[in-house]
Amino acid sequence: VSIATRPAAPVRRAVQLPIVDRFLWIVRIAAVAFIAWGAFQSISSGRLSFAQWRNLVVIGIAQGSVYALIALGYTMVYGVLRFINFAHGEVFMIGAMTGYFVADALGETTLWRDYVWVALAFVLLCCVAASTTTAVLLERICYRPLRGLPRLIPFITAIGASFFLQYAIAGLFGTDIKSYPNVEALDGAVDLGLFPIQKVHLLVITATVLMMAGLYVYVEKTRTGKAIRAVSEDQEIARLMGIDVDRTISQVFAIGGALAGAAGLLYGLVFEKVLFRTGFLPGIKAFTAAVLGGIGNIPGAMVGGLFLGSVESLGPSLVLQGYDIPAAHQLKDVVAFSVLVLVLIFRPTGLLGERLSEERA
Amino acid sequence: MNRRSLFVFAFVGSLALFASSCAGDDDETKAGTDGGGGFEEGPLGSVEVAPGDPILVGAIQVISGDRASLGTDQQRAIEIAVDDRDGQLLGHDIDLQVEDGECSAEGGTAAAQRLAAEPQVVGIVGTSCSGEAVPAAEILNDEGIVMISASNTSPSLTSDLEGTEADNHQPIYFRVAHNDIVQGQAAANYAYQELGAMTAATIHDGDPYTEGLANAFKNSFEALGGEVVLATAVTVGDTDMRPVLTEVAAAQPDIVFFPIFQPEADFIVAQSNEFPELADTNRLMGADGLLSDTFIVLPDTEDMYFSGPATPTGGAYEEFVGKYEDKFGEAPIQAFHAHAYDSANLLFDAIEKVAVEDDDGTLHIDRQALLDEIGSTEGFEGLTGSLTCDEFGDCADAKIDIVQNTAAQVSIEDVRGNVLYTFEPEE
Repeated sequence: VSIATRPAAPVRRAVQLPIVDRFLWIVRIAAVAFIAWGAFQSISSGRLSFAQWRNLVVIGIAQGSVYALIALGYTMVYGVLRFINFAHGEVFMIGAMTGYFVADALGETTLWRDYVWVALAFVLLCCVAASTTTAVLLERICYRPLRGLPRLIPFITAIGASFFLQYAIAGLFGTDIKSYPNVEALDGAVDLGLFPIQKVHLLVITATVLMMAGLYVYVEKTRTGKAIRAVSEDQEIARLMGIDVDRTISQVFAIGGALAGAAGLLYGLVFEKVLFRTGFLPGIKAFTAAVLGGIGNIPGAMVGGLFLGSVESLGPSLVLQGYDIPAAHQLKDVVAFSVLVLVLIFRPTGLLGERLSEERA
Repeated sequence: MNRRSLFVFAFVGSLALFASSCAGDDDETKAGTDGGGGFEEGPLGSVEVAPGDPILVGAIQVISGDRASLGTDQQRAIEIAVDDRDGQLLGHDIDLQVEDGECSAEGGTAAAQRLAAEPQVVGIVGTSCSGEAVPAAEILNDEGIVMISASNTSPSLTSDLEGTEADNHQPIYFRVAHNDIVQGQAAANYAYQELGAMTAATIHDGDPYTEGLANAFKNSFEALGGEVVLATAVTVGDTDMRPVLTEVAAAQPDIVFFPIFQPEADFIVAQSNEFPELADTNRLMGADGLLSDTFIVLPDTEDMYFSGPATPTGGAYEEFVGKYEDKFGEAPIQAFHAHAYDSANLLFDAIEKVAVEDDDGTLHIDRQALLDEIGSTEGFEGLTGSLTCDEFGDCADAKIDIVQNTAAQVSIEDVRGNVLYTFEPEE
């Protein structure tokens, strides 16, 4: 839908807008004042030291990195097909599960003890392979036959697929909590000169930044990337230009799945526990992150993920505790979704705006 | 023509309905007033069991999901109680209908509704979790069906033990498990008097059981003279506990009491060793919800303390454990099997006492009489001790153990056997 085809705004609307605008401004000012006062209260109370505040940010960024990697899958599929693949959280969970089974099998071997990075690389490969396969099959079996139908239909299918995958895993491997073997090389903190940071957090953040950069280059500089951008711009024209649209869409799902698989392993390394429900909440959060950053926008998913992770980690301590709200951390999800609402009030298209098709991807 | 025949149909049909409902009324009045043996139906109605029909007993237990061991353990104990009576009560087979309450309010509602829809259900053993019990008790109360829980411990279901009725108390509700006021006292006494802790932090997850116990601990700890420097909470399903642990670490408590469940507790113990203030695991204390075979094997739980119901002693209990092992091939897997066995027996004994048999062999079980019978229980000798019900449904002979999980303990029985302190409330 291009802007030019929309009818001109009727006069009545032009009169009403300032009132809505004024109301929105009041909401914005109130929100900023609420946050600022809460933050001032809790910082001035001296409850947490500077190092503790800093740690909260680092923890948030590490968690946000995982969100960001999952969010990419949502955002790319949305950019190309304009629909939300709600089963993507389960693709992530399958990555984390595969990581557990492979790592558990390797946990007792010499390889794991002596060459832990080689072992982890192998685990990563398996996670990526499992998630990619799941994502591609999902597209092939559940979405492709429904392409061209109203968008609500694949959306409902996605919800069904999500439940199917969740309970298939529960049925096959049980509902108990599965613990990753400990990776000694990732225990403890490392001092980078500025401040100490948990090694596992450092790994997650570095890996995420590298993968994001890789993806950006891939979409921008390669022929496949060009094809993806073309398909997201206009499927019909892309087809006329000789692009294999089905294959390109499969590739989009494969890339999203691969990133979700990697996110699964990183999640496993940070939290060390997985169960069949693991994909649900991070999936919802990653979707939120994708909307926050501007759905369809690749750098937006990254920014949205990191922003959401930091808000979740900092928000309850910084804002809510400033008002002496008891058990503020229980309201972590409330904080996350309130922030979504606030950001959409300030910037209705998300932090970086909605786009994949435009030249900057 | 067509319309007329339709009208005739409808008219005849409604006449038939009317007639049959009248006939039904007649039957009921008859059964209610001059049933053999002088049976008089109480205000809550009664259950009729025809000769040869089974007596239907319900159970609401969590038998799926992360907390399945809690309910499975109790279901097994109830089955043993049925076996001990050769599956019969007053010459009728005992038919046990187990519904999964999923340890959640939604699951408890659904399970209670399924059982409430069965007019033949005499009584219910359950629920497993306090969160299930709140809506379940409300639904069953409307039907006048008695429930006896073996493992609900939230004070909000009965009373504060000082004579004030709790908000969620229902007249049909009884329990053999201790009230968490007692467990909170036990944990606070141990932390303050034996460990010398002056400051404490509590973490709950919003579930009535966890919140009730955390509050009970807080009240007792402060009454003793300690200070609760932080009372906080996590969300069910959360995995990143580091933000909340940052707050806990900043408050520098001598002991952290987190009476929550798995898997959230797994994340708390695993992540707390990243905080120098909390790395010492003998500053961590959990409760009976965490005394499970999958939690105590985690390396980060070594040296942790737990409060929980005392493991019963004595020959009767050993005999019960023998039957359990013979029947299910493993030792009891959770803490409330003995309570469940007692709950089932309390219910069965009460049914035997109040049931009235007709001349034609029909059994009448009056719901109000059954409630009164259970409510007036005094000195009932069960595996868990001598049970006496108070006016708010607390029947337990509460004994709380504080145990520690050290390197020497490998199984859950070992941990439960490593008793450091036992607490019994003063009468």
